[in-house]
Amino acid sequence: MRNTGPVLAVVAVLMALWYLAVIPMNAQWERDQAARAGVEIGWAEIIPATMAQERPVLPAPHQVVLGLWEGTLGCDAVGRRTCRDTTPLTASGLAERAVATLTSNRSLIYHGWITLSATMLGFVIGTGGGILLAIGIVHNRAMDASVMPWAIASQTIPIIALAPMIIVVLNSIGISGLVPKAIIAAYLSFFPVVVGMVKGLRAPDAMQMDLMKTWSAPGPVVFWRLRVPMSMPYLFASLKVGIAAALVGTIVGELPVQEGGLGVRLLSGSYYGQTIQIWSALFTAAILAAALVGIVGLIERRVLRRMGMAA
Amino acid sequence: MTQAQGPVDTVIEARGLNLTFTTNDGPVHALRDVNLTIGKGEFVSFIGPSGCGKTTFLRAIADLEHPTSGTLTVNGMTPEAARKARAYGYVFQAAGLYPWRTIAGNVRLPLEIMGYSRADQEERVKRVLDLVELKGFEKKFPWQLSGGMQQRASIARALAFDADILLMDEPFGALDEIVRDRLNEELLKLWARTQKTIGFVTHSIPEAVYLSTKIVVMSPRPGRITDVIDSPLPRERPLDIRDSREFIEIAHRVREGLRAGHVDD
Repeated sequence: MRNTGPVLAVVAVLMALWYLAVIPMNAQWERDQAARAGVEIGWAEIIPATMAQERPVLPAPHQVVLGLWEGTLGCDAVGRRTCRDTTPLTASGLAERAVATLTSNRSLIYHGWITLSATMLGFVIGTGGGILLAIGIVHNRAMDASVMPWAIASQTIPIIALAPMIIVVLNSIGISGLVPKAIIAAYLSFFPVVVGMVKGLRAPDAMQMDLMKTWSAPGPVVFWRLRVPMSMPYLFASLKVGIAAALVGTIVGELPVQEGGLGVRLLSGSYYGQTIQIWSALFTAAILAAALVGIVGLIERRVLRRMGMAA
Repeated sequence: MTQAQGPVDTVIEARGLNLTFTTNDGPVHALRDVNLTIGKGEFVSFIGPSGCGKTTFLRAIADLEHPTSGTLTVNGMTPEAARKARAYGYVFQAAGLYPWRTIAGNVRLPLEIMGYSRADQEERVKRVLDLVELKGFEKKFPWQLSGGMQQRASIARALAFDADILLMDEPFGALDEIVRDRLNEELLKLWARTQKTIGFVTHSIPEAVYLSTKIVVMSPRPGRITDVIDSPLPRERPLDIRDSREFIEIAHRVREGLRAGHVDD
């Protein structure tokens, strides 16, 4: 990889800035502690102390990394007993921890899976709905005029305001658990798909449509042979945005439900001032989003290359 | 209005054809009082400046535009009926090949849509690719071919089904002079072999004179026919016929016709 050098340099700069920011953010607490104890402390004591607080205003990067470890295979997540049984770490010990982390409600893997499953379901619903709406908009003048403004309006409502209502309404008709969160995820992810697919299904130019007409091709043929293949690059661009939006929607949906998930870890972290827990959950969500977008990108590259449309 | 000496089989006939587009700036007379008869096996070029209606006329024949008044028949039918009867193949300025299909796949596309049998499709694809000298490129994708070869593939696509009319809208307009010369030569050979009736829109006087048995000179605002020239050139035409006296005389007459149309407005 040619770009590895510059990318690493940027990451290093960001890390350095982060460490620098940690010092002033956390220094006040150290000074307060010292004042309370009636001792004088200088920067030489303050600086290392700011990077090792239990509840820092801003955790240092290594604390977040440690938090991620504790939240996955570390003793926090897998429980004291598993930890004791598997120490020192061996292959079988790690396997034992990995099994334990799947069900522990202190584990980011467990919560990450709850979030991921709702995200995937929401993404499928949102993508399916978005594609159907786009097909309707492209083929029906009335839908073109009426649906798009509503789709745009739907995205102007803050999801954080809408999510509890969706959950209450669905709960009142007996739907709870995974589905309400997935619906909130779908609510966010259908929009980029609609916009992208409307553009994509309209991508064939006048000449290509004329060509189909000279062959007297019926509508379904034009749709499957021309519009659908032409829309593929647009579809994948939308899917990347859509899957990330679905993840955001799921996390927001988890806040009022309180039945596990990364959103719950974020919220409970903020209740108890567990900043490292918040940041760990945040990074888990970011890693999850990056992985999902990456997978869509991988599929995109394969499909478009096979179609001779690789960018 | 010059009229061709009645060919026995009339393929395309326009009588008092008018076509007006409604635009925000008012009506645009794309075609006014166009009368033309095209006989079977003729090679007819339409030449004129932009806005003279040459493309519009070709599109009207193909049922892609609808005349406002007058009559237009293709094989004795309305253009719509002719289109549905697959009377013609249409070649646009851009090849418009699907990047996700191979050359053979692109040529096969209209055959699939029209429901030809598998075996028939293969046989036809092979035959027309042979005809445009693209044998051996069946499995290549469009991006692997030059612009000229892509355009040849699009001609093959228009020839693949049994249309006896070939309508070409500036098919070589985007290609360079040398490629264009070669494709012109090949097009003549193809025309001789297939006996198709060809309608050909162009900007180029030498191209029109070299290819055609009949040259229709048009002028703009309103789009109309100003001259119809029946070429005395033989059907067999080597490229160097363009240096002959007759060729230059016809080219001169075309140029005069274009100039006359220009003075008009």
